[in-house]
Amino acid sequence: MKEILADLDAWRAEGRQVALARVVNVEGSGPRDPGAAMAVSDNGDVIGSVSGGCVEGAVVVEALDILESGERRMVSFGYSDDEAFAVGLTCGGTIHLFIEPLDW
Amino acid sequence: MTELYERLREAIQDERPVALATVIEGHNAGAKLVVEPDGDIVGTLGHTELDRIVSRDAVGELAAGRTGVRHYGAEGQARETDVSVFIESFSPPPIMLVFGAVDFTASLARAGKLLGFNVIVADARSVFATVKRFPMADRVMVAWPDEVFDHYGDRLGPHDAVCILTHDPKFDVPAVQRAVATDVGYIGVMGSRRTHATRLERLHEVGVDQKGIDRLMAPIGLDIGSRTPEETAISVCAEIIANRTGHVAPSLRDSEGPIHRPPAEG
Repeated sequence: MKEILADLDAWRAEGRQVALARVVNVEGSGPRDPGAAMAVSDNGDVIGSVSGGCVEGAVVVEALDILESGERRMVSFGYSDDEAFAVGLTCGGTIHLFIEPLDW
Repeated sequence: MTELYERLREAIQDERPVALATVIEGHNAGAKLVVEPDGDIVGTLGHTELDRIVSRDAVGELAAGRTGVRHYGAEGQARETDVSVFIESFSPPPIMLVFGAVDFTASLARAGKLLGFNVIVADARSVFATVKRFPMADRVMVAWPDEVFDHYGDRLGPHDAVCILTHDPKFDVPAVQRAVATDVGYIGVMGSRRTHATRLERLHEVGVDQKGIDRLMAPIGLDIGSRTPEETAISVCAEIIANRTGHVAPSLRDSEGPIHRPPAEG
């Protein structure tokens, strides 16, 4: 989150609504460790990253939805034959994200 | 509603350690505590006992530089899993002390910045130790090693690095002497194998023991055939990473023969 702090400040100063997604847990092989963060603003701008680019697109969709509903939640992405994982990590791991509005 | 964020941001900007605890599953998801190393807290997870237990754990996680999820009962009970709390540690940037304002210094300082180090360049010669030559460094000190270690020695720990590039016994013997007296995780010393053999004699003379000698990565860097200052900076930084993670990488210290060999045929 450190890396995106300056950008977050700028967004807050502009009065943007922001959703923050943080990696809280990684099982198996994952590209980024817990603490990796990305943020999405209400007009769809993105800063930071939570994987090697594998799931960022899906995180943006989730983040915008959470900005709309205001409901924070856990979201997981993994590699699986299971169709539940439409978006996945090619490295075989699973990452768990906590996504929430930056209203605190 | 922004006190938590502001407290967190201020601590990170001032390079003070701070932890952020967030309930991610269970009652009060999203509730937060900002925890400082002395146990001071801002915010609440919704229950005073849970706050007390989590802040205590967060202080420990912060000291260890760990980030991860812990589970508690609704009132902070151990061995229960009603509430999952993500504790994120924000540590100040690690320190890289570079001794010697030589041609390799600028590249190493640049690579150190890339890795997130707070880079301090020190040399006793004021003509060479200038901000103009090392604009990428966070600080340039015209100072002897003693003065530098008087200032930074107590702050050095496992994630910090000391790189001694002077290869002049006048500087590097006192720098090594003071470095091995700290808890710094990495001590690299530049120079040929012959230079290092002579240096070892001098270090013995001034009383550096074998335990101290064993901590030295000399010649500095991994054996990847680097030649230019930029390549050497990469080999040093890679060695610092391998040293910290405990992974096996071929250090020059552990190989034999010339540091600069011609490339292998084929």
